[in-house]
Amino acid sequence: MSRVLARPTPAAPPASPPQARQRKAFSLRLKRVGRAWQLYVLLIPALVYIAVFKYWPMYGVQIAFRNYNPVDGFSGSPWVGLQHFVRFVNSYQFSQVVGNTLWIAVLGLLLAFPIPIILALLVNQLQSERFKKFTQTVLYSPAFISTVVVVGIMFVLLSPRSGLVNNAIQLAGGQPVFFMGSPEWFRPVYVISDVWQNAGFSMIVYLAALSGIDPALHDAAKVDGASKLQRIRHIDLPGIMPVITVLFILAIGNLLNVGFEKALLMQTNLNLPTSEIIQTYVYHAGLQQAQFSYSAAIGLFNSVLNLVLLLTFNWVARRANQATLW
Amino acid sequence: MSLNTDTVAAPAPVNQPRPRGQRTPSFRGRWADSAFNIAAVTILTLSLVAVVYPLYFIVIASISDPNAVYEGKVWLFPSGVTLEGYQRILADSRIWNGLGNTVIYTVLGTAISVTTILFGAYALSRKDMPGRKFLMLLFVITMFFDGGLITKYLVVRDLGMLDTVWAVVLPGAVGVWNLIIARSFFENTIPGELREAAQMDGANDFTFFFKMVLPLSKPLIMLMIMVHVVAHWNSFFDALIFLNDDTKYPLQLVLRNILIQSDVSSAGTTGGDIESYAAAQRIGELTKYAMIVVSSLPLMIALPFMQKHFTKGTMIGAVKS
Repeated sequence: MSRVLARPTPAAPPASPPQARQRKAFSLRLKRVGRAWQLYVLLIPALVYIAVFKYWPMYGVQIAFRNYNPVDGFSGSPWVGLQHFVRFVNSYQFSQVVGNTLWIAVLGLLLAFPIPIILALLVNQLQSERFKKFTQTVLYSPAFISTVVVVGIMFVLLSPRSGLVNNAIQLAGGQPVFFMGSPEWFRPVYVISDVWQNAGFSMIVYLAALSGIDPALHDAAKVDGASKLQRIRHIDLPGIMPVITVLFILAIGNLLNVGFEKALLMQTNLNLPTSEIIQTYVYHAGLQQAQFSYSAAIGLFNSVLNLVLLLTFNWVARRANQATLW
Repeated sequence: MSLNTDTVAAPAPVNQPRPRGQRTPSFRGRWADSAFNIAAVTILTLSLVAVVYPLYFIVIASISDPNAVYEGKVWLFPSGVTLEGYQRILADSRIWNGLGNTVIYTVLGTAISVTTILFGAYALSRKDMPGRKFLMLLFVITMFFDGGLITKYLVVRDLGMLDTVWAVVLPGAVGVWNLIIARSFFENTIPGELREAAQMDGANDFTFFFKMVLPLSKPLIMLMIMVHVVAHWNSFFDALIFLNDDTKYPLQLVLRNILIQSDVSSAGTTGGDIESYAAAQRIGELTKYAMIVVSSLPLMIALPFMQKHFTKGTMIGAVKS
């Protein structure tokens, strides 16, 4: 309504048509911006937030190419180019740290990604609504336990002297295992506890997607004599495929970021050979030893690797005509 | 449209092909289905046990005689019931102090995050806001690329926020994923006609947002409050890197120092001058079990109440993705 009224009347003859049209379009645009000023005001807190806590640190990433000192700040510290990256790549930790990161990332993806899908497909087939609800609630509850407490639980249950697991091993006639202090146990414990804590929560998304599948498809298949397994394969799985693809791409995009806090909490001096991942290394080198530029370079290396993975898999998904992020 | 036993049992006319709707499920199909049901229920029951048993064990161990736990005599029922672990926690000032800090950080942090997200998401949900796509892009970019831990730390330090409440509540205040969920909620539940009608009546964007949109968005507001309460209650990392003063530590950081850094000395041996080191350590373990229970209990109790909202929230997210 008001837009129509606000439009300038044709009483003022245009000097030269294209220019005038441009000017008119511009002033119209300006008016629309002006009319939305209250929306911009609502957006200000969020914009200030990302400016200060997201884009300012992003601007600061340039210290990866400089020798940061607090006096000269992000943009004034002396430029050293790729020196820090070269140092990291040539350091003896490089292959260890990158290898450890890839190990738990890939193991995590292989186990932690499909299990929630399988659980959701099974829960979705349950006949009893009450058992369904109950299963859902119980499986999902560990997600609400903090990482600190989950790792605390690991330490007490896996303790070599008094832990539940070692008591069971000894009862079965085995020798106690020092789980949290052996490099070879870090990865299994990490991945299994991850599944234990998060599978139920991740399952919910798939269940939501499954509930969106038209029940008529199932009825028709039942009438045709399709078994449950066949219906899962030919109706449920294709039905949630777009969700699976999108979540898979997101998981790939976060591949090298996963579980940094948990890895840090699980670290002991004894399991460091397998538990030191890129991000814990950044934490140790950067915040504990104050090598800001060096660790910022490693962090940047990590971010860029992540971004490349994300873009690659998004591209692959698009080539395969699957759902994509954009 | 479910399969009706009567129609299945009815004999089909001889010279007509049987209509599709009346085909009997084959014997093989029925057998496969019951095998599937048994397998599904077995797998799910095993998963339930795998999830519940460790938690159940922690609870019974927290009220059992630590020596019985140590010797592996506690499996299904508590033995030699004692509340000593809980008494020690109640007497531990670090726990109380941490709890107090967590409450402050949770309330303040949730208020800031939820307000910022609701305001921002509403603006971004308005298709008539010029520059909407570009502004949204600014947010989405931060999901896939960020400056990293070190520069975030340096920014917080340069802002003079180290060792203050702000370092705990501000750096993680707005999650873009939550912003997207809130935005799709507004897009899907606030009809454009409602706004046009309100504008006819002379309402500007502020009045419409506060008087109409917010009252209509109670489920979203509940979801956002719960997401942030849970996140703040459970978070420790920002406190770990930004706080040095241990009187400001939130509960989770206190727990980390006791549970994981194995700080048995002060938790386990107050007044235990004659106790042997091993005994002190057993009491320490008992306190750990009790501590795990106490710190997780509030959220576990609230879970059935929160679940409905969380499920709804995931669905909003799933629809969008």
